Amino acid sequence: MSDIRVHAGGLFTTVQDLGRPGHYRIGMPPSGAMDQYSASAANLLVGNEPNTGLLEATYIGPTLEFTDHRLIAVTGATASVTVNGEPVEAWTAVPVGPSDVLGFSMLTAGARLYIAVSGGIDVPVYLGSRSTYTLTGIGGFDGRKLADADRLPLGEAGTRARAGHSVPESLRPEFGTPAELRTIIGLCSYRLTERGLKTFLDTEWKITKDANRVGYRLRGGSLEFTDRAQPFGAGSDPANVVDLGYPVGSIQLPGGDEPIVLLNDAVTGGGYATTGTVISVDRDRIGQAKTGETVRFVETDLDTALTARRERAARIDTIREALTGN
Amino acid sequence: MDTPTELPPARYEYGGDEFLFVELDQAMSLEANFKGMAVTNALRELDIDGVIDICPSNASYMVRIDPDRLDPRELVEELRGLEASVGELPRDYVLHTRVVDVPVLFDDPWTRETLMRFRDNHQDPSGTDLEYAARINGFDGVGSLIEAISSAPYIVTMLGFVPGLPFCYQLVPKERQIEVPKYVRPRTDTPERSFGFGGAFSVVYPVRGAGGYQLFGMAPAPVFDLDQRLPDFAAGIVFPRAGDVLRYRTIDRAEFDRIRGQVEDGSFRYRIREASFEPARLIADPDAVNRELLEVLYR
Repeated sequence: MSDIRVHAGGLFTTVQDLGRPGHYRIGMPPSGAMDQYSASAANLLVGNEPNTGLLEATYIGPTLEFTDHRLIAVTGATASVTVNGEPVEAWTAVPVGPSDVLGFSMLTAGARLYIAVSGGIDVPVYLGSRSTYTLTGIGGFDGRKLADADRLPLGEAGTRARAGHSVPESLRPEFGTPAELRTIIGLCSYRLTERGLKTFLDTEWKITKDANRVGYRLRGGSLEFTDRAQPFGAGSDPANVVDLGYPVGSIQLPGGDEPIVLLNDAVTGGGYATTGTVISVDRDRIGQAKTGETVRFVETDLDTALTARRERAARIDTIREALTGN
Repeated sequence: MDTPTELPPARYEYGGDEFLFVELDQAMSLEANFKGMAVTNALRELDIDGVIDICPSNASYMVRIDPDRLDPRELVEELRGLEASVGELPRDYVLHTRVVDVPVLFDDPWTRETLMRFRDNHQDPSGTDLEYAARINGFDGVGSLIEAISSAPYIVTMLGFVPGLPFCYQLVPKERQIEVPKYVRPRTDTPERSFGFGGAFSVVYPVRGAGGYQLFGMAPAPVFDLDQRLPDFAAGIVFPRAGDVLRYRTIDRAEFDRIRGQVEDGSFRYRIREASFEPARLIADPDAVNRELLEVLYR
């Protein structure tokens, strides 16, 4: 039997790949792995292409039993990883066989584990992707998080990867705090006074318990809006704008004291003033930040964002080359 | 008759490296919405490699790009060109669209229960959202507010927030537009099919989830059907389209329950009629155009 038996689903474990682009206009966000770099690395380690179905586990890892011979790799957050109770290396291709059980201890850094299996998690492709979007129950395993006793179908494994290969330390992400999130200020940032914008950038924001794949709500400061006669159609609250599109990574400011950073399962639009957008590469970082930790927004520009994106792609290429020996 | 709205120059903003946000105006107007429709339709026809999503919004629009294939700066140049060439609809332009009857049970028990749970997130914790909206819009009571909402149809000016949610703008002169703020802090819960109002827009929430709009009622029929069980969803999982004209018709509990039964047994169909109108005439005399649209719908 080519599947995985889920002994324990963990807290919030879903099937993801690199996302489902192309449906934003009807209000459907891309979903996909929150930390795209770690997810790509995990897939490469086991010989899969980066955009292959894998598991994303938030805060608490699942317990999984294998039914055939596979390579697995765990990346992302730091936790001790065990197979049949014996420690194994993370960021490394590890062979498993029938009845082997993968388990995790508590995370010590980061928020999300990525678990790739050679051949990939072979749930049906929906609108071009295996990613789970739980808000509407789309994609992944029945559109939901894993539950105890689920059985996950696996795809056919290739022969490219070799057990024991690992991603060098220098290419693994670090999760220092506060998480520094490079942000292009703009969108409706004109709603803030100069002092309000300065407070936004100077504040060390704390991640509240409302932090999930849709977005992270933050607390820690109060931002001053400019006085204005509200434009027609916006609504009378100073944080209200005529409803508009929200980029993935955009930061909105309801009430002026509860910024929300939208992430992969973002709501695609709404009527709260937005003040900027976290660059795509640093969405990987906030995806590894957890409730109670702090983040800072660091102003940056488009050039820096594009360079960071190219550098991330180059790191992924380096991993690929190191593993395949090309 | 309204004075036509003069739009300011568009404002181009980078939403990180993957999005471009273009604000056509800070205020809502049909002019801004139709300009967004014209530019985004033209952009779609250009079929540029690296453009992933084109999202017309109320008085703005947004484009998602793959920056590995398309430099966001090049797209800005392209859009500036389109703004100059197609940013204004010809006066004799005719919009072909659908007019749809959308039943709503106002002041229903489910949204009432939800809004009472989130009073701390609201401007006025003492009453209901309907009472608050009636008062700040100068109506003599909830009944006249509901009458004003259901008397004239709305045009869908944006889809988004969650899959299938239609933002709808009423086809009445500006002085009769209803306007309410969004919640001070968004709710973390909203029932599926809630009818809400925020700014000058009405919406039907497709699925249960967060939300910041004032809650006025509940629609018995879905705007989102993942399983595509109902005939109106044969072509896709969401029903509304940008440019649709929706009439929110007040119904009582008995009709609500009857429609729920039809939705559950798979026989429900929206009342839909094909119609066309000239946006220029709509802007000049909304009452005349909306009377004609309602005649087409109920003929």
